[in-house]
Amino acid sequence: MKNTLICLVENKPGVLNRVVSLFRRRNYNMDSLTVGRTHNPDISRITIVMEGEPFQAKLLAVNLYKLVDVIEVQDVTDIPTVDRDLVLAKIRTTDAYARNNLTDLCYEMGARIVDIGPEVTIVEFTGTEENVEAFINALRPLDIVELVRSGLVSMGRGVRNMQGSDYKSKRFVTAPRNGSSN
Amino acid sequence: MQLTGAEIIWECLLKEGVEVVFGYPGGAILPAYDALNKYPQLHHVLVRHEQGATHMADGYARASGQVGVAVGTSGPGATNMITGMATAMMDSTPMVVITGQVPTSAIGSDAFQETDVTGCTLPVTKHNYLVTRVEDLAETIREAFHIARTGRPGPVLVDIPKDVQNATTEFYYPNHPIQLPGYHLPGAAHYTEIEAALKLIHEAERPVILAGHGVVMAGAVHELRQFVEITQTPVALTLLGKGGFPENHPLALGMMGMHGEAACNHAIQQADLLLAFGMRFDDRVTGNIKTYSPHSKKIHIDIDPSEINKNVRVDVGIWGDLKTVLQQLLPKLKTGQHQGWIAQIREWQEDGNQRDILQQLAERPDGKLWAAQVIADLFTYTKGEALTVTDVGQHQMLEAQYYPHTRPQTMLTSGGLGTMGFGMPSAIGAKFARPNEEVWSISGDGGFQMTLCELATARQENININIAIVNNSFLGMVRQWQEFFYERRYKATPLVNPDFVKLAEAYGIPARRVTSRAEIQEAVEWSRSIEGPSLIEFVVEKDDIVYPMVPAGADLHDMIRRPHYAAEVSQDFDNPNAV
Repeated sequence: MKNTLICLVENKPGVLNRVVSLFRRRNYNMDSLTVGRTHNPDISRITIVMEGEPFQAKLLAVNLYKLVDVIEVQDVTDIPTVDRDLVLAKIRTTDAYARNNLTDLCYEMGARIVDIGPEVTIVEFTGTEENVEAFINALRPLDIVELVRSGLVSMGRGVRNMQGSDYKSKRFVTAPRNGSSN
Repeated sequence: MQLTGAEIIWECLLKEGVEVVFGYPGGAILPAYDALNKYPQLHHVLVRHEQGATHMADGYARASGQVGVAVGTSGPGATNMITGMATAMMDSTPMVVITGQVPTSAIGSDAFQETDVTGCTLPVTKHNYLVTRVEDLAETIREAFHIARTGRPGPVLVDIPKDVQNATTEFYYPNHPIQLPGYHLPGAAHYTEIEAALKLIHEAERPVILAGHGVVMAGAVHELRQFVEITQTPVALTLLGKGGFPENHPLALGMMGMHGEAACNHAIQQADLLLAFGMRFDDRVTGNIKTYSPHSKKIHIDIDPSEINKNVRVDVGIWGDLKTVLQQLLPKLKTGQHQGWIAQIREWQEDGNQRDILQQLAERPDGKLWAAQVIADLFTYTKGEALTVTDVGQHQMLEAQYYPHTRPQTMLTSGGLGTMGFGMPSAIGAKFARPNEEVWSISGDGGFQMTLCELATARQENININIAIVNNSFLGMVRQWQEFFYERRYKATPLVNPDFVKLAEAYGIPARRVTSRAEIQEAVEWSRSIEGPSLIEFVVEKDDIVYPMVPAGADLHDMIRRPHYAAEVSQDFDNPNAV
């Protein structure tokens, strides 16, 4: 099954290398990895989708947590989240027929046309992983020149946030407890 | 106070209480070495190969519990230290490694002696740093020591470019709390965890404690002993757990696992409760994980949360410092009995391999010398009080079997990584840490030759260690596997060795050769009488096997215990994919 983990990491050189290296080292199967800065310039956020059993995801989480530069890890597989994946697709639209086809499809599926050139058109679609898959499948009959996906980003619903969450207390142990820092 | 980066390195080391560093100079670390002239209070041990420096720092750390420090230059200097860091990483030894790096302006240009050291050492360090600004240097070194010694200890590397060593800044050693938001240490165990553990402990009828390196590292030797005495629970030790519980105690079962006594492994297999204290269920300990201790509930207390449920699924996992958690458990423990269980174990112990083997060897009329006798006699003539440092191989397992230890930090060995060549250099480090201990380095002829250049270091420092080489002119442990699992095709295991006595003498180290059991006592006493390094070569029989043995991947209760049984082994245990 697919497990989604969110990490907050210090925005330092080499941190992504440490995270990715962990996957190779511990023989985990990475499905996607998305990284970017947050509103706090010192902190980056990584969303990882990994293929495996839930206990493997747990072990991955504690191993991530052991990295000194990783501040927080949250396994959001089983909690309500908003998930988004973004796709950009470049479609050959040399004739009006193809262009109309693409325009209709975008309208039906809620995608946006973001660039129109003499030969090709670039469309953008955002949605859950399943929606993105469906959109890409709908594009297949057209002439796809290039396609890129951002990988999944995920955010828990409700007031809980990553910092100050009670995540730490539940991660490693059979019962809640307070972990002290340093 | 305005100081150069080079001076700051040593200032920080002094602030961290470092007294001795093991190192080797080179281009990119030269500013630091030049500045070392101003710090005569820091003793620098010049090694002969950087791997030796890391093993010495490792031995120093294991013997003292303090952070060991190794210093080397960029490129080849740093890559030579990787084996030592990996060794320390696997055995959780606190170590700080300082390496020079090419100037920041040259990084990435494939400059002379440039290597991406932080990249290379990523998987073999607990954490590592590349310092690019002299202003960050002091704080980085402070963090490095903090990370190395706290939590599950491990090696931390600080890579310092030459221009950072030459740059100047205002030096002050920070004393504010260390700011590492991603570095978490466990607090006390929650009462629900304690209650859950207590319930299992009090219900158990056939409990066994598995005591690992964590007992020694957490300083929980006293607490463990109290626990054992209250609950009357037998204690099995991992290889690195040796010394964590006195092996002359009536409830000590000795070493567990691949070369553990049958009684110890039987007890684990038949137990209804395993209490894993600071150990990690390594494959050498569990054998076939599917059949490992099938009837038992399991409690696992470890400082590293990623060890809990990694190899063996446990019923109660407690992330915590072992000493703290045991202190929480102790006042709530009820007195245990387990007389039937202990009687059962005693019965198994009646059929002891070690005793039988020593007896059989002693009765042989040919008067030949066997490795087990060497270790057993070393135990006798050092009254079991020496600090022994082993290398890796048959002699290492024999040491674990025939040299029971009663004090922590008196048996140092490369367990997790199994690094041949670890022994003699780390004995040098251990002697620096514990100058009042009688230190014995015990190596095989194979492993000894991997780092024998450090004989020169021993000579230069006139360090008082006793070096024993158990020489069977074979890579004995590999030969043992070839005998059991490869139908005695002894490929690449016979060794044509140098004359170790002449070799030692060439280094200015007095040496002797022992070829019969009768000579052992005198040789040991001779070695002890020498101030400074001395070496004894014990020439032992080639055709030797460490019994008992659980073949890799076999069930823990399925041991090869006697020679006549070994003939059938290659059919029974043919598992080419086992580690």
